[in-house]
Amino acid sequence: MSRAEALQAPAAPDAAAGPGRPNPLWTFGLLRSELVTTVRRWRTLALLGVLAAVPVLVGIAVKIETRGGSTAGPSGGDGPAFIAQITNNGLFLVFTALAATLPFFLPMAVGVIAGDAIAGEAGAGTLRYLLVAPAGRTRLLLTKYTTVMAFCVLATLVVAVSALIVGALLFPLGDLTTISGTRISFAEGLGRALLIALVVAASLVGIAALGLFVSTLTNSGIAAMATTVGLLITVQILDQIPQLHALQPYFFSHYWLSFADLMRDPVYWDDLVRNLGLQALYAAVFGSAAWARFTTKDISA
Amino acid sequence: MDEPSATEQDSGDAPAHVIATRGLTKRYRGGQLAVDGLDLTVPAGSVFGFLGPNGSGKTTTIRMLMGLIEPTSGTARVLGRPMPRATRAVLPQVGALIEGPALYGFLSGRDNLLRYDAADPTADPRTRRARVAAALDRVGLTAAAGKKARAYSLGMKQRLGLAAALLQPRRLLVLDEPTNGLDPQGMREIRALIRELASDGTTVFLSSHLLDEIEQVCTHAAVMAQGRLITQGAVADLAAGARGRLVVTTPDAGEAARVLKEQGVGDVTVDGDRVTGEPPAQDLAEVNAALVTAGVRVRGFTLERASLEDAFVALTGEGFDVAG
Repeated sequence: MSRAEALQAPAAPDAAAGPGRPNPLWTFGLLRSELVTTVRRWRTLALLGVLAAVPVLVGIAVKIETRGGSTAGPSGGDGPAFIAQITNNGLFLVFTALAATLPFFLPMAVGVIAGDAIAGEAGAGTLRYLLVAPAGRTRLLLTKYTTVMAFCVLATLVVAVSALIVGALLFPLGDLTTISGTRISFAEGLGRALLIALVVAASLVGIAALGLFVSTLTNSGIAAMATTVGLLITVQILDQIPQLHALQPYFFSHYWLSFADLMRDPVYWDDLVRNLGLQALYAAVFGSAAWARFTTKDISA
Repeated sequence: MDEPSATEQDSGDAPAHVIATRGLTKRYRGGQLAVDGLDLTVPAGSVFGFLGPNGSGKTTTIRMLMGLIEPTSGTARVLGRPMPRATRAVLPQVGALIEGPALYGFLSGRDNLLRYDAADPTADPRTRRARVAAALDRVGLTAAAGKKARAYSLGMKQRLGLAAALLQPRRLLVLDEPTNGLDPQGMREIRALIRELASDGTTVFLSSHLLDEIEQVCTHAAVMAQGRLITQGAVADLAAGARGRLVVTTPDAGEAARVLKEQGVGDVTVDGDRVTGEPPAQDLAEVNAALVTAGVRVRGFTLERASLEDAFVALTGEGFDVAG
């Protein structure tokens, strides 16, 4: 039967426009393939494993340090935000873990995935076969960016869920006290934790766009990853230099830790909104730059 | 067999030329002229051999035809539509193997094909698994389909690359060195596959550095050197264009060479009892008579037909594997 089909197939040279008219939904097949392919890479799994391990380490360290009954972090001034409260309520491990991973681990993981997105395919030569399939350059770039953003959410959720499990196992759970001193129920606390995780994921959109743009500039996945992570470190350092305070509000990492404001009652929105606006600006600027570059680039790899 | 109807339909709506370029030129940023004013015409239904030494601009041309590289000037039409503007309409009907296969090493052979098929928005996901299985079967990879592509030999990778080009019924196949890395048995299989595809009405555009491969498989050919198209046409005409060589077999080689030179035969060389040279303008019967008159004992007197390789050397003035 298949033999007969194979022989008949060339008899319909205009198959694309003929009976098998393409369904517009088929265009999402590439996105599905991209998501599955990304998650099946060992590199992706290793990054997620490192992210999942951070809350475990923090939880165990806090547990060991507070075994004698003392509180972690002498006055709450050292260490990541919320660390002093973990012993009272395991849910605070979620906030602590996100605060600990957001400055470096999370954006590094996103930088690796984003930097590799186009450059890795170019380096392996698979980019030319995707493009002659034809994936379409704009469609491929949108698929890649969507996948990187999905990874931002996935990576953040991995940290949050790992922290929640470790927190529940090692510490008590219950009602919690906000930064403003008011008490909220555990269920509302859980809701805030989810909201915070989403804000943290959204905070990574800027570096994701930056990484994708870098990825369109080179044919080496390693070079693109290294450049993106290098830019991340550079910006983090510059953000610490007081003389540059005029520039700092434009650094993609400047308002990252504003997610803690979601634990105020009422929520203090100003920095949160600035953060999300800044991420949208980065996504627009570097997304456009990546598009302009990728759609006009000669694919010679 | 449905072949007659296939050819009818093909000629019914297809342009006469599957590939047609006019003054196609690519100058890279460094100023290097990779392709210079190319006028290439590939007739529908042909198996078209694309020849040239390394660095002669073949791959750049193929990349321009596939919309991967923007020409500096000139136009390229594939299946009657302008490239790279019409990539979305044209490329689903084109299967391509460009500069060797490229695979995801951490995916199995089957998953590689599923991914490439998913990249084509006109490919029906409901038939995807069946089409992938058929393509794997066609190149003889069914048994190794579940193996990670990283573990494939070069020949298996080449077959998988070919399978990717055969995921859908195609009107044009662009195959860059398709038998590279294959053993003689594999080469024979792939050549048989190419002939089979061509007999289904698919036009095959084949670049190769193996002249005998082009001679065995192709109906038409084009020769490039240093970015320029030197000649194109039917393979038989190209070989006929190059002049054959006169071969005289004789025990009196020295005397024969002297007589042949007298008779106006050029480039006379002696190799044991074989004396060869470029045939003169005059009637060869006169040359033979002169040999006999001079007392040369002639065992054989023939005109060897020129091979495509002779034609190539005559056209480019260099050996085939010389980097340009």
